Amino acid sequence: MLESRSGQRVLTGVHFMLGNYAVAEGALAAGCNFFAGCPITPANEISERMAKRLPEVGGHFLQGEDELGSIYAVVGASLAGAKAMTATASAGFNYMQEGLGYAYAIEAPCVIVDVQRCRGENFATQSDVMQMRWGASGDYEAIVLAPASVQELFDYTIRAFNLAERFRNPVIVMSETTIALMRERLEIPPAEQIEVWNRKYTELPPADYLPFKAPEYGVPDFAPLGKGYHTIYSLNPHDERGRIDWDPDVFERLYKRITGKIRENRDLICHTESYHLDDAELALIAYGSEVRPALDAAEMARDSGMKVGVLKLATVWPVPERQILEVAKQCRAVIAVEMNIGKYAGEIERVCAGVCPVHKATRNRGLIHAPEELYQFIQGVWA
Amino acid sequence: MANLKQLSQQEEFFTPGHRMCAGCVAPVVVRQVSMAAGDTPVVIANATGCLEVASTIFPYTAWRAPWIHNAFENASATLSGVETAYRALKKQGKIDKKVKFIAFGGDGGTYDIGFQSLSGAMERGHDIVYICYDNGAYMNTGIQRSSATPQFADTTTSPAGSVIPGKIQWRKDLTAIMAAHNVPYVAQVAPSHFNDLITKVQKAIAVDGPAFINAMAPCPRGWRYDTREGIEMTRLAVETCYWPLYEVEDGQWKLTYKPREKKPLTEWIKKQGRFRHLFTDENKELLEQFQQRVDEEWEKLLRRCGEM
Repeated sequence: MLESRSGQRVLTGVHFMLGNYAVAEGALAAGCNFFAGCPITPANEISERMAKRLPEVGGHFLQGEDELGSIYAVVGASLAGAKAMTATASAGFNYMQEGLGYAYAIEAPCVIVDVQRCRGENFATQSDVMQMRWGASGDYEAIVLAPASVQELFDYTIRAFNLAERFRNPVIVMSETTIALMRERLEIPPAEQIEVWNRKYTELPPADYLPFKAPEYGVPDFAPLGKGYHTIYSLNPHDERGRIDWDPDVFERLYKRITGKIRENRDLICHTESYHLDDAELALIAYGSEVRPALDAAEMARDSGMKVGVLKLATVWPVPERQILEVAKQCRAVIAVEMNIGKYAGEIERVCAGVCPVHKATRNRGLIHAPEELYQFIQGVWA
Repeated sequence: MANLKQLSQQEEFFTPGHRMCAGCVAPVVVRQVSMAAGDTPVVIANATGCLEVASTIFPYTAWRAPWIHNAFENASATLSGVETAYRALKKQGKIDKKVKFIAFGGDGGTYDIGFQSLSGAMERGHDIVYICYDNGAYMNTGIQRSSATPQFADTTTSPAGSVIPGKIQWRKDLTAIMAAHNVPYVAQVAPSHFNDLITKVQKAIAVDGPAFINAMAPCPRGWRYDTREGIEMTRLAVETCYWPLYEVEDGQWKLTYKPREKKPLTEWIKKQGRFRHLFTDENKELLEQFQQRVDEEWEKLLRRCGEM
């Protein structure tokens, strides 16, 4: 399949594809033309696929000497106008944080895929969920999408590029060993049916253009390249002209906007899906691959007469507070499901505080929850 | 100088039962290093890589010496800390044994991601011996190119096809770069020439201060050769002068082995699947280019060693 259709950017059709390959195909479909990465399991197949596919469609693949080199290459490519991506796994994601902080501060659109693994081993986990939000230094808001299937790895990678371009922010695709190394049905739509966003370039002449001028919680327009515009991309606090300025007011305005452009646009960014929630008295709140056993467990509970539903957080950061709160208001209690020591559960507790109790079905032993385990948990809460 | 009989009776710090692949030469390098160390007590640091993964599958270990693994990029930094602590304890009279410190890293963990910490350790002058087992790609993660990968080699991230003929760049000359750190001892070795390897490792261990040794360690999966031919792979690499054996002792470059007759490069690369695409009519020119560059590098080395 791949060989016979080399040179095509969008492999329209039905596939039985590896999760990591689906990420690469999603990136290509979204217009990605630059990839930099460093070998790390279980993210390697993304790099390998990009190394093969990108040159065929006129893009560029670069293997960095390490993760830090890779993320900075991605930021550089982004500033040069490319739709750029990197992929790594937990330990490598640690190593990228400095470059990621730079990307947030200069508002460089880029996509980072973190295939989470347990430290040093390739077992299933969701333990990077907080690192994805808070890993880099400085003030910023993260956009993190959590696919739960091979199809969603494809779909959400496209979405990640679109959000990155639209909001001039790094966007993280939170992958996991479970889905990255799984083969599943993947349907790739015709290219013309795929929504693709591209960054906005200014229409002002160079003399009138201010590189970081934007409405209060808005996104500044990029300067077209090679047309006489000058921009300094500095990690330091900068004013609308892009000049480094240590004035506390400038500092405050800048970070209010950089964080506000995400926070105030939460409704455009946050995406959740509801299952059996209409009459639910109890709801499981899950993200990523944990949505799968959560759904099975909810159905088992329904079969036993318990009114249980599932809220799937397709966007993990920013926290879909409105959607979580709606569920909290409707239910007797919610169950936070995740594959770590119970990190995101704290966010759910924060949102549900004073509205309904939050129970935590969290585990960190390198294994995804079995539906039966969650079902038993539901039984315990329901009683 | 060692003889085989003596060596075979030596107790080694690397034991059978590890899970390196059949035909992998990395454990052969480690065993020869172990023979060279002899009875000297050693502490070993291991960068992430095939050797680390396959020799310490929990709850087992193939190491008879104190052994530490931290992460991919920092074997040198970790060992710097261990060696500094040792010196401090020695100064305080809390330890009197003479201990030596050896780091093992593959080419990914040495040439690329670990280069910064390696360079730092060498510059600070820690009394450590860093041994790179160079198999010319990230074999542990699935054969991705590294800066040690030979030009034109087909890897998963430098795939030979219609766009590129395998890796585009020439390999980084790490041995020369380490020599440029002006450390007391730097050498390049191959386990096919075990006497040369063992002698060099003994020198490296004996010096007071940092030493670096670059050992060729073929990988049957990545190079795609018959698993019986691992040692033959390094012998041919030496005989074709792709991987010359030399040492740099206190700044003096010395060739330690000169093939009687320099073999054509094709004798080495035709046995490896990663170069298969070069043996086509359309890539004939690349093959010539490859040979020419090997000749140039060889002559450069001969001049450095005062051999021409």
